[in-house]
Formats: sequence, C-alpha cells, structure tokens
Amino acid sequence: MNLVKPKESSYLNCIRCGLCLAACPTYREHLKETASPRGRVALARKGLEGQLKLSPNLIEQMYSCFDCMACNDLCPVGIHPADLALSMRQVQEQIRPAKWKDWLFGKLISHAGRMEMATWPLRLYQTLGIRRLVYMLGLNRILPNRIRDLEAMLPHLPQRPLRRILPEVTKAYGEERYRVGFFLGCAQSLLFADQSAATLRVLARNGCTVITPKDIECCGMPARGYGRMDLVEKQARHNIAVFERCNVDKIVTDCATCGSTLKEYESLLAGDPEWALRAKEFRSKVRDISEFLSEIPMRKPTKRIEARVTYHDPCHLRRGQQVWKEPRELLSLIDGLEFVELPEADWCCGSAGSQLITHYETSWKVLNRKLDNIAGTEARILASGCPGCQMQLNAGLQRRKLPVRVVHPVTLLDEAYGGADGK
Amino acid sequence: MGVRMENRIIDHLIRIAGKEGVLCTPEDLAVYSYDGTFAEGVPEVVVLPQTTEQTSEIVKTAAEARIPLIARGMGSGLAAGSIPIRAGGIVVSFTRMNRILEIDTGNSTVRAQAGVVTADLQAEVEKLGFFYPPDPSSIRHSTIGGNIACNAGGARCLKYGVTGNYVLGLTVVLADGRILKTGGKPIKDVTGYNLNALFTASEGTLGLITEALLRLVARPRFAKTALAEFDSLDSASRAVNAIIAAGIVPASLELMDQTAIACIEEAMHLGLTTDVAASLIIETDGSDEQTVLREAEAAGSICRENGARSVKVAQNEAERAGLWKARRSISPSLARKAPNKLGEDITVPRSAIPEVVQRLREISAKYNLPIVIFGHAGDGNLHPNILFDKRKIEEWEKVEQMVREIFAVALANGGTLSGEHGVGVLKRPYFEQALGPVSVEVQRRIKQAFDPLNILNPGKMFKE
Repeated sequence: MNLVKPKESSYLNCIRCGLCLAACPTYREHLKETASPRGRVALARKGLEGQLKLSPNLIEQMYSCFDCMACNDLCPVGIHPADLALSMRQVQEQIRPAKWKDWLFGKLISHAGRMEMATWPLRLYQTLGIRRLVYMLGLNRILPNRIRDLEAMLPHLPQRPLRRILPEVTKAYGEERYRVGFFLGCAQSLLFADQSAATLRVLARNGCTVITPKDIECCGMPARGYGRMDLVEKQARHNIAVFERCNVDKIVTDCATCGSTLKEYESLLAGDPEWALRAKEFRSKVRDISEFLSEIPMRKPTKRIEARVTYHDPCHLRRGQQVWKEPRELLSLIDGLEFVELPEADWCCGSAGSQLITHYETSWKVLNRKLDNIAGTEARILASGCPGCQMQLNAGLQRRKLPVRVVHPVTLLDEAYGGADGK
Repeated sequence: MGVRMENRIIDHLIRIAGKEGVLCTPEDLAVYSYDGTFAEGVPEVVVLPQTTEQTSEIVKTAAEARIPLIARGMGSGLAAGSIPIRAGGIVVSFTRMNRILEIDTGNSTVRAQAGVVTADLQAEVEKLGFFYPPDPSSIRHSTIGGNIACNAGGARCLKYGVTGNYVLGLTVVLADGRILKTGGKPIKDVTGYNLNALFTASEGTLGLITEALLRLVARPRFAKTALAEFDSLDSASRAVNAIIAAGIVPASLELMDQTAIACIEEAMHLGLTTDVAASLIIETDGSDEQTVLREAEAAGSICRENGARSVKVAQNEAERAGLWKARRSISPSLARKAPNKLGEDITVPRSAIPEVVQRLREISAKYNLPIVIFGHAGDGNLHPNILFDKRKIEEWEKVEQMVREIFAVALANGGTLSGEHGVGVLKRPYFEQALGPVSVEVQRRIKQAFDPLNILNPGKMFKE
C-alpha cells in the first residue's frame, strides 16, 4: 500500500534533549514520558521504522496530544511533535480506516444545515425552558460529573442558528471602504451567534461591507484532528471556490480554530497543480478578526467599560496564527477597561477540540491550572476569541463558582461601540 | 523487545506504587529506553514512586530478585546514565515525587523531593527573595534528584559553584531498601565522612536519592548581561582569562563559536550577527547596581582590548532573557545541522583554553567532521559537539576516534573528562585513563560496600 506518511525529516533530527517536556500540558499533568512530545516523536519513529507495531496503544499516544503546539514553537531543532502526532493519526486512518468518520466528518459536520438539524434538540432544551427547570430543581447536580460539565459548557444558545438569520450582504455603516468576506464557523453560528453578530456590527461600523456566504462547509479542523486529511482537502477546495465567487478583499473569521485551518489551505494544497495558486491567493486574504481590525484605521469606541479584564491566548491563535498582540491592542482601545496580563496566558486550557470528551480527566487537570491563574488575576471578564476555549473556560469557572464572564474580545469592543443600538 | 519480567514481580510493584505508577506496555518501555543521548536500552518495567517508603519497598523487591534498578528524573542526561545498559531492569522514575516540602526562611534552606523540576524550585524560592544558583541548561527539563546524582553545573558556576556546593542533606534509599539520612541544616558538620559529597555525582550507583535539603543564598538584586563579538576564537578565549585576571568574577562567562551562533540564529531569529568567529556572553550580578554595571563595563573594555569587534550590554530584561534563551538553546539547535550530535564537557584549567580550542579545531580538520565549540569558558568547561549521522558507519567510526583524541587533549592539558554531564556509559571507556588504577580501585570498593549485589545502575562508570 502506498501510505501517505510523515517525512523522515520530521523526526530524524530529534536529539531527545527533552526541552519540550517542560512546555507540554499533558506531560505536566501525567509526569510520564509516554505523555510527552519527545515520547510521541520516539514512538512515531519506532512505529514508522518498524521497531514497534503501529498498535492501538501507540496510536492512542498520538491522540493524547492536545495539539496545543507549544512543543512546535519551542523546539530549537525545528521538530514539530504536535504535527507529527496528527500525521500519525492520518497513517492510522489509512491502515485501519474507521467508517464512522466518513459519516461524521464527511457527511454531518461538513454541512451546516445538517449540523443545525442535529443540534435542534439542544436549542429546544433551552428555549422550552427545560434547562431552567433542570437548574431550578437542582437536577444538574445529580448528573455524573462528565455529563454535568458538558451541560455547563453549553452557552446560552441562540433560538435560531446565526447562519439562518444573517443576510448575505451586510452594508457598511456610512461609506464603504472595504469589501470583506466573513467565514462563519459552525460553533460560532450554532453556539455563539451573539458574538458573530457583534463581529459583523464592528466590521460594518469600521467601513466594511460584509459578505457572508451560506454555502461554506466546515473549515476542516475536526477531520484534521481525526486523521482525515482527505476530507480536509475536499472541504478546503469547496471553501476556496465559494469565496472566489464572493469577490472580496479579505476573508475574516472570528473563530481562532477556523482561522488557523483556513490559513493551512495553502500548504495543504501546495502539491495540487490545479489548486496550489488558488489556495495561495485564498490564504493571502485570510485574517483573524483582531488581525484584520489592527490593519485598518478604526473608529474610537465611545462607551466606557469599567472592569478588570484579562485575556487567554487560544492555541490556534497564538501559535496557529502568531496572533497575540492584536487582541490585546483591541482591548486597550476601550476606555475604563483595566487590563491585567494572565500568567501563562498561552498555556492550553485543555479544551483541545474533542479531547475534552475523549480525554476528560487530563482535560480537567489542564483546565485547573488555567483556572488557578485566572482566579489570581481577580479579573471579572475573561476575553478569548475561540469557541472551544470559551466553552471549556465557562464550564471550569462555573464549577469553581468564580464570577467571571467569558467573552470574545470583539464582543467587548462592540459593547463599547454601543452594541446593537449604537450606530 | 527486551526481557519479559515475571508477572509476580510486576504485581508486587503494582501493590507498592499503584496501577498508575507501574508502566509496562511496549510503548511505555520504548520511551524509557533513552535519555538525552543516542544510546538506548529497554527496561522491563518502569515504576513511578510517590514517596521514599514506596521507593524503599521497590528496592527491597528488586534486591530479593536481583533485578537491576536504574534511577531516572526527566531523562535529559548527556552520558546515558539513566537508561539500562543492556535490556532489562526496573527504571525508577522520580518525576511524580515533585513536592517542595519546606522553605525555611530563617535558615535559608529548602527541602524538596527528588523529582522537583529545578526551574520550579528556583521560581518558588525566588518568590521569597532567595536564590538557588545552579542552572544547568536543562533547568526546565531536569530534576533536583538528577542534578545531584550528576552534580550538575551550568553557566553560573564560575561565581556560585556547582550543585554539590548547595547540598546540605539527603534522603537516600540504599541497595537493601534501608533509608539513610545524611547531613542537616547546620552549615558546618564534620561528624563523620561527608556522605553528601559521596552521593553527589554518584549517578545512581550507590543509592537512590529521594529527597534533598539544599542551601539557599540571597537573591542578587541586579544583573547586567553583555554580548561581546570577536573575529577570532583565540582572541575570545584570551579575553576570558584577561577578565578574570583583572579581578572581575562574573556570574557567567560563556563562549560560543561561529557555528553555534549561526545555529541559534537560525532557530530563534534573535538578530545575532552570524559572521563573527566567536561571542562571549558575560553576566555580572550583585546587590549594588553601580558595582554590577561597573564590572560589566570593565569586562566589556577588556574584551575590546583583546580584539572584540563589538560589545553590547542588554538594555532591559527582555534582551537579557533573549540572550540566555539563546545560550540555553545552542545544544539542541545544533541538531539542525546533522541527525546526531555528541556533546562532550571536558574541563581544563582556564589558562589552557586557547590551546585546547586550537587542538579541537585540528581534530575537526583531521577527520573532516564539524566540531562546534561553546561552553562555560569562565570555569574552563567546554562543550565540543561533534555533528554526524550515526547511520553512516564510517562517520560513527570517526566519531569514536575523535572522542578519544578530545579526551587525550583535555587530560594532556591538566583537565578532566567531564565537568558536569557525568560518566554514565559514554565516558566509561576512558574512566581509568583519566583517573589511574589506584583511584578506580578505591572507587570500585566504595561501590561494593554500598551495593554488594551490583543492582544499582550496573554497568555505569565502571567497566564490568
């Protein structure tokens, strides 16, 4: 069989110095080599070179990586252990393909309409008042920990997914200076609709006419995490074609995870002669919302927000896109806001996509370290531009009963502009 | 895979350390087969104790069955000291014994379990205004227990000394499982042999260190760091001697050659000039800002007198941190150049550095393999790193020749094989040449007295 597998150069020069152990959230919780980046690189190499079988346990070590990429960033040799762990998941899918992934990542998650149907019971659970009842009767307290935490992660859901409500074209308030495409991520549309609505208002206020195509597919991150790069490539081609039809200057997203995946399309399709140039062109336009706003002259927000605010760096923004100054700069535009730097702000929160379910115990341990740091700042608002991080942080803060509001930085900016009422 | 251990013994270990504390899947064993070198040896089982008592029970079990025990921290060692020399044995990993037990502010001491990460210990004591000076480049990925077992050094040794200078007391599990406590809080203690010194640098061959009582000093309030760039490696090494001869004792005086600088710049993009032949990082520290600054400036002038092309003093903490991050990343960043590297740590009297540097370059030219030179020049500790590809047999043969010649140069100049990495497996063939038969005989007897069954890290230091 002709396997797509990691290049020898992706592991050969690892000299096993161990520097990455200090930066790895899973190592710092388990304190065993097997759960470390160096360990994963060694296992990948031994597996690929035939010294070890590509056993389920070996592959499990690749899935125990939270893909926070701290090791990628730190390695002086230039080894990317987190990327290697992902590539090994892809190797596994070629040797022992799991059929359910075709269905989940290829058929369900990739289509916004189907996801909207699948999550309809959750919206019903809230809108019919069942959730309120559950809390009133204290039923949530008798749920097993794991279910209770998942329940607590649910933000207050919009009655209808944002994708259904948003117009295709949102006109700039006043003179149009930019024509911007908006990549509305699934989680933002289904769970954090208010935030993306705020993003659109902030863009419009700053002279952007925003085009929101409704026929995009999933950015590809979930499939990527489960070794299905073939599906990611399909989704990439689809999304590139969709935005080519929109004729926009820039493509903006307010989801850290979507942004980092969209920016990978170029390298993903570099070997495809038909798509390489188109992917390059697409990539050159993609911006995280905070990144885009920092590139254009902005209107000064006028309302004060009197609160102590801190900021958590999503891995997919800090390391996935090297965007970390920009969100902090946005917050500094707001008068009255007292910003405190979060210690270890770029340490993973433990959400890591679906790892919060599949690696529940580790995920909570990693989160606890984050919560200790948040509590230490005595901030009342925690800003972070990633739906995954936000859900995880919300659940943790609720469990500890810490009175901290979790928001997207752009939500605060929108409030300082006057929200839905201000013009 | 290696030998399979009897289930009876594994069950017993699980009763001692719990199911979570015993690892024996092929994947677990594979990742405990290496340390910071290219050497490998697969253990039969890995145990992660959480207390001294558990460690004692583990040792008793191993002693009864005559199974080798290999102590291990975070596995950053550079002499292959913490891996089984042949397949087999129990690796005892102390990473989960990571509690700081007491910081005694009145007596300036800290008591910690062996698995505490050195940087974590430093951070904790610094919160209270104290300072634990030893700073091996691996401070973030090595443990106090491993530092003591190898008598780790680092950049600050020139002024502050090595790990051993800070050990006041130890808790050690002996080869028969008994628990020995050495030393204590008193600074002076001449009641009996100095057992602290004996266990320091014993590389797990005399006992398993589970706890340490360490001496702290006051945190220096000011530090100035300068980078001096030279057009020749010789003039840089002459400057090192001139600085110390002038009566300045910097906290650190680090040398790096052109290849080292180029590798870090490639890895970290710090804006270092890459066409210089050598650089010195000089750090002065102390409690009086004026003195610290004056010493840094004086060291800078001496560098200029000795031919430095430029001398830059770090203007803020970020610049200073950048320089140190660069220095600590040299060793791993060299791997960008070749799949394998062998880093030695010969140490010579300071005045011999220019001569030794010259000889190292001759060896490199003779065998046509790069030797990158950097190190703690202030205390004569050099890290010649040979870059090679172990898969090419002819290169590996050359490397073995080169190592032999490097050691010969060190010894001929009144130096030693190892300043801070230890002997482990890699320097074992040269042990007797360096020490002579009498010293080796005495050390063998010490080993026999402590470990008559030869189950504690067998095959390390001494030829079997």
